[in-house]
Amino acid sequence: MLELFWTFFKIGLFTFGGGYAMIAQVKETIVEKKQWMTEEEMVQMLAIAESTPGPIAINMATYVGYKRRGIWGSAVATCGVVLPSLVIIYVISLFLDAFMQFRLVAWAFTGIKCAVAFLILRAGYGLFKKLPRKILPMSMFVIVMGIMLAMELFSVSFSSVFLILMGGLIGIVVYGIVGAKKEGVK
Amino acid sequence: MIYLTLFLEFFKMGLFTFGGGYAMIPLIEETVLRYGWLTEARFSEMLGVCESTPGPVAVNMATYIGAVQGGFLGSLVATLGVVLPSFIIIVLIAAILKNFTDHPIFKGFVRGVQPVVIGLILSTGVILFAKALGYVSLTEFKADWISVIIFALLIGIYWLALKVFKKKLSAIQLILISAGLGLGVNFCFWA
Repeated sequence: MLELFWTFFKIGLFTFGGGYAMIAQVKETIVEKKQWMTEEEMVQMLAIAESTPGPIAINMATYVGYKRRGIWGSAVATCGVVLPSLVIIYVISLFLDAFMQFRLVAWAFTGIKCAVAFLILRAGYGLFKKLPRKILPMSMFVIVMGIMLAMELFSVSFSSVFLILMGGLIGIVVYGIVGAKKEGVK
Repeated sequence: MIYLTLFLEFFKMGLFTFGGGYAMIPLIEETVLRYGWLTEARFSEMLGVCESTPGPVAVNMATYIGAVQGGFLGSLVATLGVVLPSFIIIVLIAAILKNFTDHPIFKGFVRGVQPVVIGLILSTGVILFAKALGYVSLTEFKADWISVIIFALLIGIYWLALKVFKKKLSAIQLILISAGLGLGVNFCFWA
């Protein structure tokens, strides 16, 4: 149990740049070092972690924890992976306002803002490259982009949860029901 | 009751974002601005901090927003909110619904959500980019030359590293470089 906690605590502490960076770290630790999972199980877990909601790192921690020690294992692993973030960011939040008063810090942050926009564009583009070049996903993508940009331009706000659910619904109808029927005919 | 609001809003974000932390950024921004929890400028500054500190970006953002709004308890509650949906869903899948993710309805749902999430992420990126360069509103654009120069240099460095040194710069490297550029370019303008 304690080992489970420490393993995920370390993974949470040493991975920068979000969940995707964590995948490599989890693989190295869980599959190669600790041998808690086979390569095959890891691939299956990744598929689940990526297709369920929530941060991928949390999904992986919960899954590995459950496979090792049931529900308490998953609670312990999830706490372990979250704890470093919680402590570090809480401490930063105490000092950020005072810290931003320094001119040099404010200067550095004008640069960091640019990097953040760049990183988001890069992540989005990376995902976009993997999107199938078919009429339906492409037109859904274009419509969502159009709605979001128009909302920004005209300062209207509208929950994107609704867009996500609409997309899911279209997916269920087109791929889940119609697609499954076609396969049945074959 | 701020704790309950924080918990529910972050629970919702944890529940509706497929595809990892980046997918959560548009939703976090939307929510934070709607409640007036952070200013837009602070939101993008904080994104920079969250990407250069360890841990999942979504958890970092939840902790920060929770802390600003409700102190330590606030950060605890917001983090719990963002983590809980994952936790419940994954435990259910691991325990009972072993083949749930292979079900055609579920697969269809995920395939339908995918293009929407990508659209949300890219539009957020485009908007942040435009705002950094000086976009204010439909009728107002005040070019921020310092940011324009930083962007140009950043893209130049990224491209150079990729093509010449065959190295894809990581998020943390890009943030450190951009902080240096921010210092350098601002200093040149100030001097």
